[in-house]
Amino acid sequence: MGIKLLLEKADVEGIRSYDVYRREGGYRSVEKAFKTMSPDAVTEEVKKSGLRGRGGAGFPAGMKWSFLAKPEGIPRHLVCNADESEPGTFKDRYLMEFIPHLLIEGLIVSSFALGSNATYIYIRGEYAWIVDILEQAIGEAKANGWLGKNILGTGFDCEIYVQRGAGAYICGEETALIESLEGKRGNPRIKPPFPAIKGVWDRPTVVNNVETLAAVVPIINMGGEEYAKIGVGKSTGTKLISACGNINKPGVYEIDMTISVEEFIYSDEYCGGIAKGKRLKACIPGGSSVPILPANLLLKTAKGETRYMNYESLSDGGFATGSMMGSGGFIVLDEDQCVVKNTFTLARFYRHESCGQCSPCREGTGWMEKILKSIETGKGKMSDIDLLWDIQRKIEGNTICPLGDAAAWPVAAAIRHFRDEFEWHVNNPQECLTRNYGLAHYADPIHVPVS
Amino acid sequence: MSEEKKLFKVTIDNITVDVEPGTSILNAARMIGGEVAPPAMCYYSKLKNSGGKCRTCLVEVAAGSTADPRPMPKLVASCRTNVMDGMIVKNITSDRVLDARAGVTEFLLLNHPLDCPICDQAGECHLQDLSYEHGKEGTRFEYQKRTFKKHDLGEYIQLHMTRCILCYRCVFVADQLTEKRVHGVLDRGDHSEIATYIEKALHNDFIGNVIDVCPVGALTDRTFRFKNRVWFTKPVDAHRNCPKCSGEAQLWMRGDEVFRVTARKDEWGEVKDASDGRPGWICNDCRFEKKDIKDWIIEGPTKVNRHSVISQGHYVGVKPQKDLLPEVMGGRGPKLLLDIHKVSEVNRPEIELSKIDGPAHSDDFKNLNK
Repeated sequence: MGIKLLLEKADVEGIRSYDVYRREGGYRSVEKAFKTMSPDAVTEEVKKSGLRGRGGAGFPAGMKWSFLAKPEGIPRHLVCNADESEPGTFKDRYLMEFIPHLLIEGLIVSSFALGSNATYIYIRGEYAWIVDILEQAIGEAKANGWLGKNILGTGFDCEIYVQRGAGAYICGEETALIESLEGKRGNPRIKPPFPAIKGVWDRPTVVNNVETLAAVVPIINMGGEEYAKIGVGKSTGTKLISACGNINKPGVYEIDMTISVEEFIYSDEYCGGIAKGKRLKACIPGGSSVPILPANLLLKTAKGETRYMNYESLSDGGFATGSMMGSGGFIVLDEDQCVVKNTFTLARFYRHESCGQCSPCREGTGWMEKILKSIETGKGKMSDIDLLWDIQRKIEGNTICPLGDAAAWPVAAAIRHFRDEFEWHVNNPQECLTRNYGLAHYADPIHVPVS
Repeated sequence: MSEEKKLFKVTIDNITVDVEPGTSILNAARMIGGEVAPPAMCYYSKLKNSGGKCRTCLVEVAAGSTADPRPMPKLVASCRTNVMDGMIVKNITSDRVLDARAGVTEFLLLNHPLDCPICDQAGECHLQDLSYEHGKEGTRFEYQKRTFKKHDLGEYIQLHMTRCILCYRCVFVADQLTEKRVHGVLDRGDHSEIATYIEKALHNDFIGNVIDVCPVGALTDRTFRFKNRVWFTKPVDAHRNCPKCSGEAQLWMRGDEVFRVTARKDEWGEVKDASDGRPGWICNDCRFEKKDIKDWIIEGPTKVNRHSVISQGHYVGVKPQKDLLPEVMGGRGPKLLLDIHKVSEVNRPEIELSKIDGPAHSDDFKNLNK
């Protein structure tokens, strides 16, 4: 059994309610932080813990906090990014739905550290029922003196507000989220200035993912140094993985980042193997935006080493032979899945979700979708594959926000690793409508040069 | 004690200029002018927060500053990136930039109709200029373009979304120039569109300026549409006493007839400052209602120095573009690499080619002494 920090109490009956949560040791971190620590000491603990942002980019959270500008007389804000809309990612939903008080507790401690008197949870519009759960939890916390004026006699005031989005993936990007929170159209801002200097209403703002803020609770409870001992290297602590696709046991799992990808997929504790006894073909290990990997590169790196479920190992080999930890949306594809169709589905998603502000993303995503659709329906040409490559190359890095990159990477990786399958679609326009390419050689051991 | 402001030194394409802190790379490049200035489809110096969207002005920053000379990993939007002291920028000397710019041009033209001959904006269209300079001959896009119906926004302005490149300039005009905003963007991605809150509700004294800022033919003047091609009309500077605006405008005339009135524009296609130093936006009255020569006091022909089709008419004071190539190339001007006449062992270099009567023939070079 791996170490569990966030989901340790998830199975306790009635953990959603305040009384049970408190009985199980909830809000200890608030007591500890407010009574024995200064705000800077809390930030210092988070820095020591090596906690990395769980929203996808993996930026060290403590570092982000220390960038926050603290000018005199200007309020600062903490915003919790609960706009979890990445296809394949549903870890925050689980956390907020079943242990809402863990997030509220993390928010209170973080608000204390950052000096945020008004903290916002920006939640995905489709999570309508979770808003009620969170608001009930906030109400209970307030009734028990964890929120409001002069919390625990420290003189620190804090309120938490829940704001619903209106169903746009782009509002998960922090500056678009801020625009939307201000009541404007959710277009990403042009950076600099970064939110740490000018965020919500031009005030210094920190935007963190739900899981990041919830992880502050165990960090304060056990101390940053203890937390950093879990995991390996720069991948400290535990990570929630939402596993889905062709596996026996889809769901949200907490891992301590020391297990191998193979173990995660095949062990009964986690995914329980590929469904219906089929074989593994490919996997998108970190949510739809990260590069897809064929089975052989997923289980072993290009150097022939075992690939582990952590930030460094998953990105080993760069984009040429690696992928990314991303937001932890682990999507498994078995031998009967079509990579072309999968890529088309993702391209359609990004086309629909592009905000339309900058031209490469607005026009490029639509173009890629159209080409992928024609390849998928047997109308593609061989030159379309190279054209796709050229389009993604011209989108990547040239856009305002990372959505352009997120749209380009899956297409690039699919062509890089599964070019045979694209070519088969072009060469067999009739056959590709009735059957899939199959596993082919994608699970064959890769040739490792002897060095 | 007044301290002298420290100027920043910035090198763009091997040409160094001193600019005030807080200047964007684009504006610094415009000080140099010519080809060194990146094209801009969405940035508009008179509109706050504009820019950063079209990505045509991407440049490469080869060195961030003297203090931190690391290059920036990504290409940056020059209109929204400020210069630092000692910054080294590559625009037309960077292959990466030219490649990205060609890509952006292709993207902008994907959903834009390629029917310039029947478009009212032809001749003064920034996208037309951009595609001449950075576009490719053919298109690789083999699908249907998005199309919209034409909309009349009130009696003066027509919106044809099919031509729109979503630069947001008109949205900023509606936001910053008019009192009540009735103009914005609906929907998102490639299906987003410029729209009014309630169609046909653009009643505002300054809303006509959306036509001037539109880089393409998406917003056009209904009082001028298809009355004439712009290059047949003569631009003339004129003014009148206007209680609402500066009254300083540009008339587009043919004979004694005033076909169109617009604000005066500078060489970057942006509205010039009026004589009182404020941006020379003009009001709807001047723009749409005063089409009689008697309403105006003519100052003289406009000095056009844009390089677009308009300047192909023989206007007064057209400034030829400065040739910056020798400077950009660092003194290594383009030169003839090989003079075949001199190095050839067949031709005799002592024979001056221009002295040969008629076309040169092998007989002319025969060594008769041999």
